[in-house]
Formats: sequence, structure tokens, C-alpha cells
Amino acid sequence: MAQAVLTMTDRGLYCAAGDFFIDPWRPVDRALITHGHADHARPGHRHYLCTDGCMPVMRHRLGDIVCETVRYGEMRRIGDAEVSFHPAGHVPGSAQIRVAVGGEIWVVSGDYKVEDDGLSEAFEPLRCHTFISECTFGLPVFHWQRQAVVADQINRWWARNMAEGRVSLLAAYSLGKAQRLLHLLDPAIGPILTHAAVENTNAVLRAQGVPLPDTIRITPDLDRKAHPGALIVAPPAVLGSPWARRFGALSTGYASGWMQMRGVRRRRAADRGFVISDHADWDGLLGAIKATGAEKLYLTHGYTDIFTRYLRDQGHDAHVLATEYGGEDGAEAEETGDAA
Amino acid sequence: MKRFAALFTVIDQTTRTSEKVAALADYFSSAPDPDKLWTIAIFSGRRPKRAVTTTRLRDWAAEAAGIPLWLFEESYAVVGDLAETIALVLPPAQSASDDDLSHWINLLRGLIDSDDEARRVAVLAAWDRLDTTERLVFNKLLTGGFRMGVSQKLMTRALAQATGRDEAELAHRLMGEWSPDTTSFTALIEAENAAADLSRPYPFCLAYGVEDLAALGPAADWLAEWKWDGIRAQVIVRGGALHVWSRGEELMTDRFPELARLATDLPDGTVLDGELVAWDGAAPLPFAALQKRITRKVVPKKLLAEAPVILLAYDLLEAGGADLRATPLSERRALLDRILAAVPQDAPVQASPLILALDWEDLGAARGKARQMKAEGLMIKRLSSPYHVGRKRGDWWKWKLDPLTIDAVMIYAQAGHGRRANLFTDFTFAVWQGNELVPFTKAYSGLTDAEFGQITQWVRRNTLQRFGPVRQVTPHHVFEIAFEGIQESPRHKSGIALRFPRMLRWRQDKTVDQADTLDHLKALLAQYG
Ligand SMILES: [Zn+2]
Ligand SMILES: [Zn+2]
Repeated sequence: MAQAVLTMTDRGLYCAAGDFFIDPWRPVDRALITHGHADHARPGHRHYLCTDGCMPVMRHRLGDIVCETVRYGEMRRIGDAEVSFHPAGHVPGSAQIRVAVGGEIWVVSGDYKVEDDGLSEAFEPLRCHTFISECTFGLPVFHWQRQAVVADQINRWWARNMAEGRVSLLAAYSLGKAQRLLHLLDPAIGPILTHAAVENTNAVLRAQGVPLPDTIRITPDLDRKAHPGALIVAPPAVLGSPWARRFGALSTGYASGWMQMRGVRRRRAADRGFVISDHADWDGLLGAIKATGAEKLYLTHGYTDIFTRYLRDQGHDAHVLATEYGGEDGAEAEETGDAA
Repeated sequence: MKRFAALFTVIDQTTRTSEKVAALADYFSSAPDPDKLWTIAIFSGRRPKRAVTTTRLRDWAAEAAGIPLWLFEESYAVVGDLAETIALVLPPAQSASDDDLSHWINLLRGLIDSDDEARRVAVLAAWDRLDTTERLVFNKLLTGGFRMGVSQKLMTRALAQATGRDEAELAHRLMGEWSPDTTSFTALIEAENAAADLSRPYPFCLAYGVEDLAALGPAADWLAEWKWDGIRAQVIVRGGALHVWSRGEELMTDRFPELARLATDLPDGTVLDGELVAWDGAAPLPFAALQKRITRKVVPKKLLAEAPVILLAYDLLEAGGADLRATPLSERRALLDRILAAVPQDAPVQASPLILALDWEDLGAARGKARQMKAEGLMIKRLSSPYHVGRKRGDWWKWKLDPLTIDAVMIYAQAGHGRRANLFTDFTFAVWQGNELVPFTKAYSGLTDAEFGQITQWVRRNTLQRFGPVRQVTPHHVFEIAFEGIQESPRHKSGIALRFPRMLRWRQDKTVDQADTLDHLKALLAQYG
């Protein structure tokens, strides 16, 4: 029987052949990072390796780290392991990490979505023996509409608010979701304002060539009356805050996959919920898993128990992998700041 | 269905009352009469009879979605709403439909007389012609649970706007026994001489919790009564017949056969407002005694003897067939006392006693005796006030007792439903018995969403064992549990059952060994049970 390429330790997924960790949650010597979200890219490691598209955000978030980069598809040998990074379609620069040891191939998905959002490098299906997949939205109630449909909903909401003399406040996590929304907005409708947390990430991504529309940073001395009918993109934490109230008559929107559920939608302090996620939906997960041809599956994030049982029903050798990712499932996303 | 689904969407997407009312008023101004009538029926709790069991709906939905039934059930547990779960798991519809609300309601009412296979075919065909929101609405009609953030009061206000009629008059028209089968929109809402329905109750006047006693002015302007822990009821004697209505507008006459004699004990044309309580001859029995009665449509003789029910009446809405609601409370109450003084001694009705107090301090002292009186606290009502429609601030106040509390340790956690589907919100609490933690109650509410979020994160990392959806967690967190009453219960391991338990505070300042003991709980039982 083939050796396990990766094993689970109290610090995270470990590759003995190459003596490195993938997205570890406690400080290690060598960490390979799938993407810059807080639950995957943690501070305190001695040496980081990520894609060149991911690095600027890592530096922005984690400060002065020792960080080496690779291009997508570039093969690296680390010890006895061959390692390569491949697009995950989650956020710009995000990767799945492929590890091959003696002909045995494992892929760690990180977070992924299969729809091409036009900003992130499109998800690349990889063949492997073992696939470690996220399943944040691993329930058959999650079905995303094409992003053009959601873009139309958001733009119409914005235009209507403007006609009724209200400012639109769209809440979304500042890395990834915010830029995806900016990319979907129709700048012909009106001015787009951004919260500092979002604009700081915009600056990082613009510098590396990610195409984003023009935005106006909200500063303390910004004349709030000078931009009637504007749309503001800000992190969810501002919903209901004094910061938001200063803009006067507001309509608030919240963009997340969780908005699929009416109950969750009503819990949020927002007027409108837009169902849009940077994670794969039910069909997306099943399609991606099938495309790997993997003999063995490990599941992380979200409804792992239920999703694993379903995969087993379908004849897969599937197992729950207990991790400390998944600051992303729902309520926690707002506090720990990962995208959903 | 499109028009109604659009209304549903607008109402669902806004938290602003004014927008909800505007959308409803718009609907009432444009929809066809049969649809309007059904909409009024739905929002006043008159749903079409359920034609299909939810078990079959689950089977068909799983079949149509191509998923195993257990996976459907797991999804339902997360979503928390059957109609919504079905709408979400189904594959996209193959065609669309322009049929209106009444068409679909008639279709599902037709299913009542169909056989199982015909029902299956009809429901699957319907799902295949409706989009996700229309399906949700259709499923809500099928399963009979229609709550969408619109109270009867809001609906009535919108109807008043759309028809130009008085809101209070409409509220009264909508009460009582009617269904879309027995009336029409014109007869119900517009007909000038709507046949006076003998059973029709008045909308209940509701109270707010008191906030600031000092703002109420001199105590002499107010009347005080015990706030009983029973069932609020309106008792109507008209045309020689008795009707007993609950606050939820449910006709309860048959559940309380001992009240039947009131049809002759009380003068014709009388309407009383009061509280039904199980009565031991001198004082109310604990609510648990009444609870056994509520759940039964037919009452066994033994139960009737153990827990006979009487009405403690505190208001008079109609006398001699005349509507008294605009008359000041002081006069209504005096007339009530006169009428009740004339009924036979053994009649199952009594005037709820007034509490005489000189000032607020005096009244505060009376409130302190509420538990002794088997009451939940006091009701304070302005002597000059009319009998309002619904909840109105200013004239009726409840002044409840402070709850009993106990510090307990959380030992099990379970995820919530619906609004809180992705949070752990349902907890089991324990107190110490020697070195052992004995579970004694569950509680679901009382924390903020942020606190539930924090606890959820903690539960994930501190799960000791899973039992299906329930997780046993490390005993670590102490919560102050508040409750309104305590009773002996052989069904519980602790031997105790609490009434209205909820989390009052998360005691992050306390460690588990500082939690209370079972002996302490038993002492509370001895004192207040
Ligand atoms: Zn992520
Ligand atoms: Zn993640």
C-alpha cells in the first residue's frame, strides 16, 4: 500500500518526505500556503511558500515575512516531494497544492470555486490519488446562480436605491469577495466608495495588475453629501455601526453564499441578501471531486460529516479531516474575517 | 402565483414596516378578489387544509432532487424550514406558469380527495412549473406553515389603506369564524350590513411590559390586578350560545365543557375578557395542570375533576348586546362586577380581584406577594382608558415578577434551526450533585447573536462526544438561567421541570465549581413549586 504523502498533526497537514506543512495553524519552519485568508495564512512561520499572485496580500496581512514564490504549474522539489501550485479560482492568487512522492499524488484544494469569476485564475481540475477538499457548502440546498445574474440583481438594487435617494452599502469580506463585487458593479450607475479595509486590499491587487474599477476611498474628511446615490463596499462589521449611520438614508446588502438560506438572511442586519460565494456549491463540489479521479477523499470546512457520508454512499473512500480551518462557516466568518 | 411571490419577496427583503405595508396595500389594490380573500385568510391564520402529509412531501422532494432521503433530512435540519428545504433542493423548473394564487390553492385543495399517486403526480408537476420563490410559497401552502413577518395587524393596516376603510372596523370584520369558502371579498370587507356573526370576538387589547413607573403619574389614576398564569380568553354569550376564544383566535369552546353553563349563567349579549385557569376552589393550580387540558380536544372525566377550569374575568366588552369598548375602564369594571354578582355562586366565572393600593410603593409590596398568589406579577391599567385594539403603548402595562435564577454549567450543545442554522444555540444545563453534574433544563434563548457565534466556535473545539446532532462539551461555561416557575417532574432525571427557562447572562466571571447545586434547586422547588 502506498505511503501517506500527508499526515495530520496538531500543527496541521504535514508532508514527511519534504518536511513541510500546508496551511498550518501553529508556527512551523516551512509552510506552504494555499491563499491569503486568515484561517489558511497564519502568522509566525519561519519560511513561507506561495504563488507570486498570493504573495503581495500575504505581505500586506502578515508584514515582513520570509516568503518565497512560485508560478502556477511550476514544479519544485522539496526533499523527496515534488510540489506544484495550481489555480483554485477562490480569490486572485489562490492555489490548490499538488504533492507527489514516489508516484503517489495528493492534492490539497484549499478553498475553491469552479465558476470563472473573471478576476481569479480559473479553477484547474487535477488528477490525483488522494484529494483533500473543502466542503463549506456541501449540502444539496446550495446552488449558485451564474454570477452575471447576481451582478444584475446588485446593479438593479443600486440603481433603485439611487432613484429613491438612498446610498447603497454592500457588505463583503475585504479580500476576494469585495474585489469580485467591484468587478461586477456597473460604474455607469454612479460613484463607488470603499471602506479603508477594502481599499487597502484593492491597492495591493491593483499593483499586481488585477483590473478593478475606479473607487473613492472613504476618509474622515470625505464630504459624504458630495456623492449622492453612491455604492459603498465595506466589510460586514460596519453593518449597523455608527460609521455606516453617518451616510444618512441607507439600503444595506450582504453578499455571501449563506444568503441562500432565508433564516440566515434574516439574521443579518442587512436589507438585502445576495447569494454569491467564492466557494463551490453542491454541484461544483461533486463535479470537482469526480474530475480528480481520486481513490481517497478527505473533507474539511463546513458540513464535513454529512458530505462525507454522502460520498461514502456513492462508493467513495471518504473521510472527515478535523482541521482548524473554517473560520469560514457562517457566523464565524464575520468575526475571524474569512470569506464565504 | 407570480404576483403573490413578488409580494412575498418584497416583504421578505425588507425590515421596514412601512415598505411591507406599502407592498401589501399595492397588492390589495391590484390582485383579483379571490386572491385578495385568500391572502387575507393566510395572514389571519386561516390556511387551506393540509392535503398531503409532510412525510410524503419529503419522499417526493428527495426523489425529484435525486438525493437519498437521509440527506434531505440532514438538509432540512440545517435549513429548519421544510417548505424552503424542498424549494432549494429541487432541480430547476422545466416551464413557467401564469396561474394566480387561487388556482394553486384550489389545486392543492383538490388533492384532499385524490389518491396518493395522483397527489404525487400533481405536486411534482407543480414544482416543475414554479421558480424557487413560487415553490417556496406553494410549499408553505402545502405544509400549512405560513409565517412571513406580517402580523394580522400589519395586513389589516394595508387593507385599510387599499380600501379606504377604518382599520379598527376591518380588524373586527376579520375576527371570528369565516373562511374563503363561506364568504367573498365583497361580503367580508365591503358589504355594508355584513351579517353580524354571533360568534365574532373583539380584537384583544394587549399590554406592554412596564418601563418607568414614575412616568405613569399618580397611582390613583390606575387599577391593578394579578397577572394570572393561564390562558387569555374572550367569553361570548350571544343568541343563547357560548363561544370561548383564545388570544390566538382559536375557538376553544369544546375544550372546556365545564364552561358550557355560562350560556345561561350570564345574561345574553355579554362578552367578557379574562384568564382561564385551573382552579382548586380557592386559588389557581400550577400552569402544568392547565397544560394537560390544552392538548386534549376531548377531556377525560378524571382530568375534568382534577383540574376544573374557571374564568377570572377582568373586563367587559359587551353588555346587553352593546359594544362597550369606548367606555372608560372604571365604568366597564363596575358593570362587570354588577353582572358577576348576579351569577350563581357555583358558576365557573369570578371577577379577578382588584388590588387596592394607596401608592406605587404599596403596589410594589403587593407585587412581592404575586408568587404566593400563584400569579406572575401585576397588571396595571389606566382607569379612564378605552379597550384598545391590539397592542398599544400607554394604558395597559404588565409588571412581572423578577424571574428566579440559578447558575448552571453547559454540558450539551445542539445547532439551532432557521435563523440560527449555523450556530450552536440549544444548550443543556446541569447543576452539581456531589461530584456529578446533573442535567436539569434546556435553554435556547437569551444570548446575542455575537455571543452565540463565540460559543459556537468554542463548542467546535471542545466537543467530547457526538450523539447525532448533539455534542457533549467540556464542562467549562457557566450561565445564569432565569425561569418563571419550578415544578416537580418525575420524567426528568433531576426530578424538576422549569417554566420558561432562558439564559439571562453568560457568567464568564464564574468557574464550573461556582455553579449551583441540585440541593439549591430543590430548595427553590420547596419554596415556589
Ligand atoms: Zn478562503
Ligand atoms: Zn478556508
